[in-house]
Amino acid sequence: MKVFVTDLDGKEHALEAEVGWRVMEIIRDWGVPIKAECGGACECATCHVFVDVDWLDRLPPKSEEEEDKLGDAPSEEDNSRLSCQIIFQPDLDGLRVTLAPETRPED
Amino acid sequence: MKAETDVCIIGAGPVGLFAVFELGLLDMKCHLIDILDRPGGQCAELYPEKPIYDIPAWPVISGQELTDRLMEQIAPFNATFHFDQMAIRLEKLEESERFPQGGWRVVTDQDMTIDCKVVVIAAGGGSFTPKKPALEGIEAYEGKSVFYSVREMEKFRGKNLLIAGGGDSALDWTLNLQPLAASTALIHHRDGFRAAPDSVNKMEEMVASGKVTKHIAKLKGLKGENGQLEAVIATSKETGDFEIPCDTLLPFYGLTMKLGPVGGFGYEVKDGLIPVDTEKFETSIPGIFAIGDINWYPGKLKLILSGFHEGALMAQQAFRICFPDRRLRFQYTTSSTDLHNKLGVAA
Repeated sequence: MKVFVTDLDGKEHALEAEVGWRVMEIIRDWGVPIKAECGGACECATCHVFVDVDWLDRLPPKSEEEEDKLGDAPSEEDNSRLSCQIIFQPDLDGLRVTLAPETRPED
Repeated sequence: MKAETDVCIIGAGPVGLFAVFELGLLDMKCHLIDILDRPGGQCAELYPEKPIYDIPAWPVISGQELTDRLMEQIAPFNATFHFDQMAIRLEKLEESERFPQGGWRVVTDQDMTIDCKVVVIAAGGGSFTPKKPALEGIEAYEGKSVFYSVREMEKFRGKNLLIAGGGDSALDWTLNLQPLAASTALIHHRDGFRAAPDSVNKMEEMVASGKVTKHIAKLKGLKGENGQLEAVIATSKETGDFEIPCDTLLPFYGLTMKLGPVGGFGYEVKDGLIPVDTEKFETSIPGIFAIGDINWYPGKLKLILSGFHEGALMAQQAFRICFPDRRLRFQYTTSSTDLHNKLGVAA
């Protein structure tokens, strides 16, 4: 099963995905640079991704906490999610996301 | 301000705090420097209420509770804390009467000078610094007409302010600075503010009465000359690009961690981390140690418990540097009368 991640340079990575893992953890585990500084606690918005519109409705809905935290991400769009709040499931095989500017590690 | 001590610890997160304990058992006095206004580091700033499950003997503990427990545990050692400041410089001290082996001078951005025998870098992911909006050329305005914090409110009297953000800081400063300012505008990219409901209500009242202008839009660019802002260019789907005239921009987007000055103190730094050995956790410069998330060695895991272990081993070598004439004895806190005295629990 795969997750497709476009990095900040526009390069797409096909990452083998593990069921039950957070998409942020999958990205980090394969070494694609992502700041994710709070480590998945929904506290920093530095794992912010834009979800491919075809996938948007197939994701579990945002919690109030995620919704709130996205408000801290200046580049938020309608298809914004925090990748630490998306737990990978078999029906997400093929999910496509693009890293948002907030994920840049040196920022 | 000047101080002298045995060990200066940069970073008052869990690992820096526990280092006080291990160093204290070996008679070393500590000063700690932290950019936050309280102890706990990431545990206090990023996830005070989140449960942590991998602290030995604590099946579950929150970041704040862990910090509180560590403060209780190190209380007998009377460490001195220097909060709200960042260590910006490290200088070598030549051999002297006070420092027969030489030593170190740590200088902070608040002009605090700490002379010590040993330096411990326990800075985690680096200094917490304000998140900056990605606007071209913003550096030229910083400190002149763009500010990420308010140290003196008077500075903003009579100004035309634009405050950016949707959290407590943005709302609090909108409410507090509005009475002083010539004009006050608030910009946030969504019409939802996660600040305290009371602050949001007060802000909406000010908007309704015309005291504050609210823009639901994104920041796009800056307009001005020689660091003096004239307008901010904003954009939204509904309105397209538009200009907000202002002479001062105050962005409040929370904090993020940056390596900062500790990356340039002279020891080896690789990929934003400080390589150390696994016997003493010493950097490439003897007498300077690095423990916790900021160090690197083969097999390193960024876990709080690893940082605790690193602090215990670091303290052994720090003792040899601080007290070259004394013999290092290994003792257990369960049985040693000497340690009981230091901990204030002697029968």
